[in-house]
Amino acid sequence: MITKEYTILAPEGIHARPATTLVKLVKKFKSTISLKTGAKTIALNSVLNILALATKGGDQIGIIIDGEDEQEAAEAIDTFFKEHLPYS
Amino acid sequence: MIKGIGVSSGIAIGKAHVIYKQKAALTGLLLDNEEAVAIEMSKFDKAVVKSIEEVETLISEADDTWTEESIAILETQVEFLGDPQIRENVHTKISSEKKNVNDALIEVIAALVVMFQAMTDEYMRSRAADMEDIGERILRNLGQVSQAAPHEIEPGSILISQDISPSDTISMDIRHVAGFATIVGGPTSHAAIVAKARGIPAAVGLGHNLSHINQGDLLILDGLSGEMIINPDEETLGIYQQRREQYSGQLGLMKALKDVSAKTTDGQKITLVANISEAADMDLVFENGGEGVGLLRSELLFMGRESMPTEDEQFEFYKKVALKSQNKPVTIRTIDIGGDKHLPYFNLPKEQNPFLGYRAIRISLDRKELFLTQLKAILRASVFGDLRIMFPMISHVQEVRDAKKVLEMAKVELAEANIDFKPDIEVGIMIEVPSAAVMADMLAKEVDFFSIGTNDLVQYTLAVDRLNDKVSNLYDPFNPAVLRLISYVIEQGHEHHLHVSMCGELAADPLATLLLIGMDLREFSMSAISIPMIKNAIIKCSFLDAKVVFERVKRMSDSEEIKAYLRTMIP
Repeated sequence: MITKEYTILAPEGIHARPATTLVKLVKKFKSTISLKTGAKTIALNSVLNILALATKGGDQIGIIIDGEDEQEAAEAIDTFFKEHLPYS
Repeated sequence: MIKGIGVSSGIAIGKAHVIYKQKAALTGLLLDNEEAVAIEMSKFDKAVVKSIEEVETLISEADDTWTEESIAILETQVEFLGDPQIRENVHTKISSEKKNVNDALIEVIAALVVMFQAMTDEYMRSRAADMEDIGERILRNLGQVSQAAPHEIEPGSILISQDISPSDTISMDIRHVAGFATIVGGPTSHAAIVAKARGIPAAVGLGHNLSHINQGDLLILDGLSGEMIINPDEETLGIYQQRREQYSGQLGLMKALKDVSAKTTDGQKITLVANISEAADMDLVFENGGEGVGLLRSELLFMGRESMPTEDEQFEFYKKVALKSQNKPVTIRTIDIGGDKHLPYFNLPKEQNPFLGYRAIRISLDRKELFLTQLKAILRASVFGDLRIMFPMISHVQEVRDAKKVLEMAKVELAEANIDFKPDIEVGIMIEVPSAAVMADMLAKEVDFFSIGTNDLVQYTLAVDRLNDKVSNLYDPFNPAVLRLISYVIEQGHEHHLHVSMCGELAADPLATLLLIGMDLREFSMSAISIPMIKNAIIKCSFLDAKVVFERVKRMSDSEEIKAYLRTMIP
C-alpha cells in the first residue's frame, strides 16, 4: 500500500475538470485507489464523490493506493497532480 | 432595465428567443415483486449506457469550432452519467424502497441538486445544473420524457432561458446566437463558461423579471454590467450600437494578441504585467495576456472598514492572490496611505503639503507594529505563489535598510513560531521620488528590483500638482528631465543586474513604448485592459529602431518636440 500527501493550491479545490481527468486515470489501474481528506475517505472512481468533498485551496489530501500495480499508479497520479493541479 | 450578473462581456442587440423546459413528474407507483426490481435496475443501466453513447458520439463529432472547454464539459458529463455513486443510489432506491426507475432517478437527482446548492462555493452550487442535466438525459433514454426537438434559433437572437445546461448547448445551435441571459446561475455556471469560451455576451441570474420578456422583443444585453434593456427607444439603441462597434474592435485586438508573445520584430522579449487591487482582478489579467502582477496595491485591504485588518485577514487577502496567480510573479506594494489617500481609523493630521508629508514608507517606518504585521502576512502567503515585496516612496538609502530590518524581524518572528514562509523572497522599491532616481546606483546594491512609478516621479521632478488645474498643463512625463531620470534608473538597474519595471501611467502610453524599449526597459506594468494595446505597439517595432529613437530623443530639449517626433515614429 502506498500513501501520498498533497496540498491543493488551486483556489477552487478539485474542480469537475481535473476530477474527470483523475477518475479516468484511476480507472486504468487495477489497484484500489482512494482519497482521504479530514475524516472522510472516498473511492476515487466517482467524480461526484470528489466534488461532494468540496475541497478548497489549501486543503490537504491523502491518496491511498493498494494493489498489484500500485507503483505505476502512484507515479501516474503524481504526474497528474504536477500537470493538472498545482500542489505543494 | 433588468440587472443580473455579467459573465461574458460584450454588447448584444437582437430579438428575444425564449425557451422554458418542462419538468418530469413523479409517478408514485411502487414495485411489488423482485422480478420488477431487477427489470427496473437493468432499465437504468441500459439508459445510462445509451446516454453515454450519445455524449461520446457528440465528442467524436467535435470539429474545430469546438473549444477545448466544451469538450471537457462533455467528458465530465460522461463521467457523471457513469458515476458509480449515482448508480448505487438509484439501485438502492429501487431495491430497498421499491421505487420505479423513473421516481428513483428523479429523487436521487433532486437530492444531489440540493446537496450542491447547499455548498458555500459558487462554482459547486452551479454543478447542481449539471446534475439536472444528466438526470434529464437519462430520463429521456428511459423513454419517460419525449425527445426534445432541436430548437431552431434564428442567428443573431438573444436566448432567454431558465438556465443553459451542457445538453442545451448540444441540442440548440447556440453558436450563432448574439447573446444569452438566464434566470438562475452564477459566474461559474455552465452558461457562463460556455459564453466566455465562445465569446458570446451573456448575463446570468437575472431573476424572474426575465420571464416578462416575450418572444421577439427587441433586447439589448450588456455582458459586462449584466444589464438587459427590453424594447429600447431609438436613442438608447443608437448608443448601444456604437458601443458594440467599439467593443468588438477592442475585443478583436485582445483575442488576436492574447497568446502572442510580446516580442519586437527582431526578437527582444518584453514582459507585460498588470497593476491590480485584489485577487478578483486576476482573471482579467490572464484574459488580456498579462504575465503576472507588477503592482498589487494593498490599499483596498485597508479601505472601507472601521479598523486595521488583522494579520490573518491580510494573510487571507494575499494568499487568495497567490493562489490565483498561476505561479506567475506578483509584486505587492506595502501600504501607501497618506498624500491623497486616507483611512478613517488611522487618524492622520491635516497637513499643509500632504504629498511632501507623512505618507507610505514614512508611516510604515514610524508605526513599525503595523508594518511588521503586513510583512508577516505577506511572508506567510509567500509559500502559495511567487510573491515579491515592494516599498513605496523611498527617498533615501537608509529607509531601505530600515525597512529590510523590519522584514528580517518579521522573518525571525515567523521562524520562531514555526510558520512557513519563503526566506529568500525578493525585495524591491518604487522609484518615484527624484532623490531615489538620482541615487539609483546606490539603491541598487540594497534590493532585487526597481519599479518606476512615473505618476509621482513626474509630479515631484517638475514640482507640479497634477490635480491643480492652474498648473496641470505642466505635468508632462515626456519632459526631458523626467526621461533622463527614467533612463538613468534603468541603466543603473541593469548595471547591477536588477530587474527593472515601470508601473506608472507612462507604461500604458503607446506613444512612450518605443522610447522606453530603447532605454532598455524590459517590463511594463499597467491596468490589464491596456495590455493588448501596448503589446500591439511592441510587436510592430524593432529593438534597433527603439535604440535609434532613444538616441534621437536624448538630443531633444523640449517635450513638445519629443512628442511630435514620437508621433511620427509610431509604426
